[in-house]
Amino acid sequence: MSNIDQYKVHQEPFYQAQGKEVALYEAAYAARLPVMVKGPTGCGKSRFVEYMAWKLNKPLITVACNEDMTASDLVGRYLLDANGTRWLDGPLTTAARIGAICYLDEIVEARQDTTVVIHPLTDHRRTLPLDKKGELLSAHPDFQLVISYNPGYQSLLKDLKQSTKQRFTAFDFDYPTAKLETEILAKETGMDAELCARLVKIGIAARNLKGHGLDEGISTRLLVYAATLIRGGVDAKDACRMALVRPITDDADIRNTLDHAIDAVFA
Amino acid sequence: MKTIPEDLQVYWEQLACGFPRVAEVFPDCMREALTILSNEGIAAYLEYASFLGKMGRGAEPILIFLEEWPRVAKILGEDALPAIAECIRRLYKSPNGKAIVPFLQSLPSVARRLPTKPQMQEYLTLVLDFMESTTGSIHGIHQTFASPALPVLFKQINVLLGQLSLAGLKKWVDYGARFYSDHPERQIDYFSLQSADSRAVLQRERHGTLLMDNERKLDMYLRGLWQIDEQLIPYSTLYDELRKPVPYYDKLGIRVPDVYSDFVVPSPSGITSDLAAVVSQPSRMASSSIRGAGGRNGEFAEYALRPSSGSGLPAGTRTASEGDEPQRVAGIDRYRAVLAHIVAHRRWSTPIFADNFSPFQRMAVEFLEDSRVEYLAMQEYPGLRRIFTGLHPVPEENACDPEKESGVRHRLAMLSRALLDPHHPYKNEHIVEFTRRFHELMQQGNAGTQQMAELAISFVAKTRVQSDQLARTHFKDTEIDYRDDNRHLWKFYEQSDDEEAFEEHRPRAADEEIRGLPPRHYHEWDYNSQSYRPDWVSVYEGLHPSGNAADIDRLLAKHAALAKRLKKLLDLLKPQDKVRIRYQEEGSELDLDVALRSLIDYKGGSAPDPRINMSHRNDGRSIAVMVLLDLSESLNEKAAGSEQTILELSQEAVSLLAWAVQQLGDPFAIAGFHSNTRHDVRYMHIKGYSEKWDDEVKGRLAAMEASYSTRMGAAMRHAAHYLDKQQADKKLMLILTDGEPADIDSKDGRILIEDARQAVKELDTQGIYAYCINLDPKADDYVKDIFGKQYTIIDKVAQLPEKLPALFISLTK
Repeated sequence: MSNIDQYKVHQEPFYQAQGKEVALYEAAYAARLPVMVKGPTGCGKSRFVEYMAWKLNKPLITVACNEDMTASDLVGRYLLDANGTRWLDGPLTTAARIGAICYLDEIVEARQDTTVVIHPLTDHRRTLPLDKKGELLSAHPDFQLVISYNPGYQSLLKDLKQSTKQRFTAFDFDYPTAKLETEILAKETGMDAELCARLVKIGIAARNLKGHGLDEGISTRLLVYAATLIRGGVDAKDACRMALVRPITDDADIRNTLDHAIDAVFA
Repeated sequence: MKTIPEDLQVYWEQLACGFPRVAEVFPDCMREALTILSNEGIAAYLEYASFLGKMGRGAEPILIFLEEWPRVAKILGEDALPAIAECIRRLYKSPNGKAIVPFLQSLPSVARRLPTKPQMQEYLTLVLDFMESTTGSIHGIHQTFASPALPVLFKQINVLLGQLSLAGLKKWVDYGARFYSDHPERQIDYFSLQSADSRAVLQRERHGTLLMDNERKLDMYLRGLWQIDEQLIPYSTLYDELRKPVPYYDKLGIRVPDVYSDFVVPSPSGITSDLAAVVSQPSRMASSSIRGAGGRNGEFAEYALRPSSGSGLPAGTRTASEGDEPQRVAGIDRYRAVLAHIVAHRRWSTPIFADNFSPFQRMAVEFLEDSRVEYLAMQEYPGLRRIFTGLHPVPEENACDPEKESGVRHRLAMLSRALLDPHHPYKNEHIVEFTRRFHELMQQGNAGTQQMAELAISFVAKTRVQSDQLARTHFKDTEIDYRDDNRHLWKFYEQSDDEEAFEEHRPRAADEEIRGLPPRHYHEWDYNSQSYRPDWVSVYEGLHPSGNAADIDRLLAKHAALAKRLKKLLDLLKPQDKVRIRYQEEGSELDLDVALRSLIDYKGGSAPDPRINMSHRNDGRSIAVMVLLDLSESLNEKAAGSEQTILELSQEAVSLLAWAVQQLGDPFAIAGFHSNTRHDVRYMHIKGYSEKWDDEVKGRLAAMEASYSTRMGAAMRHAAHYLDKQQADKKLMLILTDGEPADIDSKDGRILIEDARQAVKELDTQGIYAYCINLDPKADDYVKDIFGKQYTIIDKVAQLPEKLPALFISLTK
């Protein structure tokens, strides 16, 4: 059995609630209902899950999903050994065994056939059949499954199946309001509120351009980066260009507009 | 005859001129010349004037020269005379003597625009080149006809140089000289800026920031920073020298000028050594030497000096490169200033009733309201202050003489500057007091348009002087060109009868009907100048007329055997959805064969192959096809060795091809084109992407007719416009033609070939693969130039029905 302690969240992560999501999550956890967190990139989905794991004092196992991920990457596989083969639990199996919260980040990135393996864990059965090993694993009473997904950039091909979607309770996250986001930036980076408010203003300008050449606006995460750079002594405009504009676009017109927004905000 | 004063008699003799009109102006001109020119200059002046007088072109040349030269010499220097004299000599020797007078007349304004000798020399060369190329000759030996456009050009040169750089002017002139060299009337139209072409080329060459190049940026600016989505409608600044339209907005959108050049903030008219004065004019300090005293960012001093409360914001956030140059506001920023101002009005202004205000009061209200919305906009985006202060004029406090002219505008402009710029230079107690009152109001936070109106009326009452009634108004430095005309600010109790009722809309006549689609215009590539001719070709599109669909079915039946063979080929091409990829280190499944082999290797002690997985790949077919048919006259000829015309054979071939593509299920369209000069390129839809291969389509195909010529480039661009919208990995455009691109209005055969080649390049950048099927056995000469390697020549046209589908299949295999 793996070391449970390594999966624990020891320090309280900073999380600024936007609504009632903390209480709602606690209720879902009490009933061990699977949870889905939706929202654009960098709006605090992962931070929220981490925070809840800390608050509930449960281990958290995070899996970043990608296109090449197969079912056995989640469940586990036989490895070749000098003496034959040896079974190695995947992260999902480990979580089900030790009673952790298993967090599948960006679930749509995984192939659709992969996501189906989570189905038996997410309904009344709460079991995980390890068919290769010939074991039917009953989940630990503390086990809970959380998935996150970003509805923004998904194409027709990248959407969750209805059968998967309908196994989850869901939270819809979005970028916080300007006021709240300012507070978040200030708390996260320790910069003064006025500077943070200006950064947020640039963020909002970019979010207004979403769909007009930008796939996604400037995330709270990037705003935090910018504030961090400024705190490190970088000139505000340079920091914004580096952290806010250059990462999100290669389009010269958008870059020019956002650069102007920076000049307009930091006079 | 006027007598010449004693002291000038000696010069008069040197001039040796008998025109009485010259004698009238001579003393004045001479006195002016004496103050400006050196002794040698005077000698040259008189000598050359004397030559002009004896040239046999009347008194006009010498008169103009005598009057204008001293001023020109002042700008260019006296030694510019030989070059100009040489130019006049060349004009004189050619049949263009009539152009000498306009040339001399235009000289002062040209000198003002091109104040250095090299520039002037370049201009003169341009003039002479132009003269050479437009002066006509018979039998190519002696030039006999005067250049029709040369005098016209001199008349327009002031406008042109105002809009164009010298390089731009050269391109504009070259363009006109090249395309209208053999058509005097059109040449004159072009050079007098009457023709659409002329204006289009001029627009393209203008210096400055063109709206059309930056529309997307500005749309994003509006959407991103101000959350509004508004149409930007350009108005031309080119032809309205007098009226000078200003930006405004109405229901249809925001009207902005079509071009803004960079705005250079004028340097201070006199730098005083008084430090206080310098500090109070911070934005004007670019050329002052006191900049070191923390002054470059003078206008930001307010912000920079504020305790930065731990934000770590460095005081000077400007980049160093702005150092010594005069302050500029880029064209794009001028647009942004206009938009910010207009958006601010939309957001914060409420219309008020105008009826009870006098014109002066209304003007004051407008100025204050403008200042208020800008104040609020700058609260939102402090960086706007830099642009606004750069663009806002700084009227000099004592520039207006209240005895002679009305200072109404001047006073309001000063107030407006003071409201905008905390370091304004004004001492006038009213200005200072009202600036304070304005800021107090704004700081209370709820001042609206109504409060501004009250403040404005009080300002008017306090500052009124008798001379405000004078007819002459002081205008200098009072026009704030980024502000709109404030038409939205006013509402009226009653429509007064002294204004024209702009708002009334005439009901649209019920019988106005829109017939057909408007033409689309396409550029055409001109290889001579390596540039596009803007909006040169008009393409009219429409549905091809319909015929009898059964004809096509009969054709298909005739080729049933061929169709059968094709069918076999097509079945092979049909996509198989899943393809297995073996030997993958990471894959979706274990490839058992390979894995076992690896395991054996491993157990046997040798290095195993780690690539034991396999995965699958979707092998869908995603090709969109456009078949473009040349329907020019030559298709009506009989094909060599066949009883059928090329048109009939094409018909058969295209029918078979369409049938084949239909079998494969690829989206495809068919269209035909022919042209009758650049003004009438017909583009006829035979099959659209959304249509099925049914009787309607077959009917159109059956009715195919051939006439007129082949302007290929425009048709390809238009077809690409449709193909581009298709969602497919690969886009294929098949062009079926029987000859080289040509049209009756194009004498240079090369032009349309080069244009088609350029069209192929454009297609390539759009991700469209153009492929030509040429039925002209002699096509080798040109088809390679156009299509590179992407072509096939079918020598035996009779084989076309068989070749075409086969070709398609092999292309898309």
